[in-house]
Amino acid sequence: MNNIIDYVWLVPLFPLVGFLLNGLLRNSLSKPLTGIIGSGSILASFVVSVLIFMQVKTGATGIVTLFDFISYDKTNIPFAFQVDQLSSLFLLIITGIGFLIHLYSTAYMHDETDMHFARYFAYLNLFVFSMLLLVLGANYVIMFIGWEGVGLCSYLLIGYWFKNIEYTSAAKKAFVMNRIGDLGFLLAVFWILSKLGTVTYSEVFEKVNLLSANDITIITLLLFVGATGKSAQIPLYTWLPDAMAGPTPVSALIHAATMVTAGIYMIARSNILYTMAPTTQAVVTIIGLATALFAATIALKQNDIKKVLAYSTVSQLGYMFLGLGVGAFTGAVFHVMTHAFFKALLFLGAGSVIHAMHHEQDIRNMGGLKKYLPITHITFLLGCLAIAGIPPFSGFFSKDEILAAAYAKNPILYVLGVAGALMTAFYMFRLYAMTFLGKFRGTHEQEHHLHESPAAMTIPLIVLAALSVVGGLVGIPEVLAHNAHALEEFLAPVFAKSTALAKPHEIPHSTELLMMGGVTALVLGIIAYAWGKFSKYEKSAEESAGFGKVLENKWYVDEIYEAVITKPVNAFGKLLAKVDKYGIDWVVNGVGRSVQYASRQVRLLQSGQVGNYVLLMVVGIIILFAIQIFLKK
Amino acid sequence: MPINYYIFTALALFSIGIIGVLTRRNAIIIFMCIELMLNAVNLLLVAFSKMQLEDMNRGILKIANNGTDAQLFVFFIMVVAAAEVTVGLAIIVMMYRNTHSVDVNFLNRLKN
Repeated sequence: MNNIIDYVWLVPLFPLVGFLLNGLLRNSLSKPLTGIIGSGSILASFVVSVLIFMQVKTGATGIVTLFDFISYDKTNIPFAFQVDQLSSLFLLIITGIGFLIHLYSTAYMHDETDMHFARYFAYLNLFVFSMLLLVLGANYVIMFIGWEGVGLCSYLLIGYWFKNIEYTSAAKKAFVMNRIGDLGFLLAVFWILSKLGTVTYSEVFEKVNLLSANDITIITLLLFVGATGKSAQIPLYTWLPDAMAGPTPVSALIHAATMVTAGIYMIARSNILYTMAPTTQAVVTIIGLATALFAATIALKQNDIKKVLAYSTVSQLGYMFLGLGVGAFTGAVFHVMTHAFFKALLFLGAGSVIHAMHHEQDIRNMGGLKKYLPITHITFLLGCLAIAGIPPFSGFFSKDEILAAAYAKNPILYVLGVAGALMTAFYMFRLYAMTFLGKFRGTHEQEHHLHESPAAMTIPLIVLAALSVVGGLVGIPEVLAHNAHALEEFLAPVFAKSTALAKPHEIPHSTELLMMGGVTALVLGIIAYAWGKFSKYEKSAEESAGFGKVLENKWYVDEIYEAVITKPVNAFGKLLAKVDKYGIDWVVNGVGRSVQYASRQVRLLQSGQVGNYVLLMVVGIIILFAIQIFLKK
Repeated sequence: MPINYYIFTALALFSIGIIGVLTRRNAIIIFMCIELMLNAVNLLLVAFSKMQLEDMNRGILKIANNGTDAQLFVFFIMVVAAAEVTVGLAIIVMMYRNTHSVDVNFLNRLKN
């Protein structure tokens, strides 16, 4: 192998093969074998990804064309993979964290029957395959294939326990919400195709000057609609918290390695388009910030361990969009990476807790798990510190970079961003304290069964915890150490055009240091407050009232959607069903009935009397003759 | 002899055939009437063929094969009629064996 980049197709091939094997042979494979195929295929992809990353690090990039996918007229859309800094980084995140989640799943899903176990791994592999296709594609069409693929897989996995009606409707919700976004994405692709005649990234970004300002704004807005669906931003975010219906490792996969990062990736990939569309950037900033704050407020009052994490994901994704909006593309990608580490860690930790508690998810019934689940406890704490942004954990660096960029754009954005960060610290430590500190509040039976999870579950936790702790060190800001931001240097070629176009504002180093110190102090204060308050949490019957109740019910957004969109659409659907039944069906059945009636009458002609037949024949012939003679002149 | 005579004779034969087919119920007679119609056609064909030949001899008409097409057709029709007779008579024999009658209206029980 001279150039590993030419073999990039191996990366998505392995999960695809794993999917086919597990999917087709699900009735005959044993559990260990299924686990080996499922995890092994991702591990193989990971190894190839690491090799590719090493190659890319030396500066080599390339586009690998496999075959012509769509070809008509002068337009040619090849099935090609693009290997560059951005995609190779995503490859590492997806396959690396994907592998840990697969490994974890082998233990977590062990109670399933063989067939469903294999089905689970088949879906999981397909999920990773789709996501790899999404980040590897060298044009928007290949990206769209992966984009749809992850949507489908999220549907399959959220509804994995398909016997539960609530879960299947959560799956449907995710699918429908994603479809709305996908429409925007598709329209954007068509728009690009009609204006430029190509959808290949390199060509689009080269010809971007041919587009009018309006076109760019519309394209970027439509792409952003797609991103709001896939990456769970206002107004299409409601599917993500409901996606908790799936098995916990799936949540980890959706929230950390795949799916929700698709929108961020897509915008980072199209960064030049966004840099040229200030209106869209403003929209992205506002939506991102609003989502970050909105979801954080909801997370404050949730009692389901997975729901808290879900809203926290929505909130963190908001930060990433904030970063994209203010032009901090590196910061956003950096946050994707660190977030992948600690959110996968937190979800897998939550899974470990749920596993130990026998599928209890309400943190009000937990508490004091510290001494039963030592490894889970330590890793979860590290994850919480990372997401809260305590230096030197990974979340600090990435969040700080985004906030600094926001400050450079507009201090108000910064203040709101910090408010969100404080809320993050609060709800994460509320979650931590209520789960691991204080007294155990569950039933005796549960207490009796509490146990640390097996090694297949704790090893991924430990690895992810290590990554969460040190992962931020690839992006140390200029102010703390000179030229230490390895990630920015690495990604620079991808964002070169944007950086040249919009010079990032510099903020004085003293201000930046002051802000860092201030935020850290505030966060520490909040953590201490939450720690003190919730480690002594006692179960009480009193319901929260007033504003707390609004938050507990997620601002009633689901109810509003139900009343404003779902109900009218359903009513309209019922009306159309009536039209169908009494209008169209009547016509169609009427045609059938009249033909039936007519044939019943005509049938009587067949009397069996040969004489009649002959007479009719003769009459017919005479008529034909008459026509021949009199009508044909 | 003028062609008209032939035409009217053929017409009469054909009409007798049709009326026979339509009115009679005996299968054998229907059969004979069908033969009558076929022969009426044969007669016409031969008559016209002869007329054509005379026209050619007088130089009014000029065609390649001396107007023998029609006579060829006659042979075809005779062969087909012979084949038809064998099949038809066989059917009638079978019918008689089953029903002891050659009345075609009797056959309407086939419809069930």
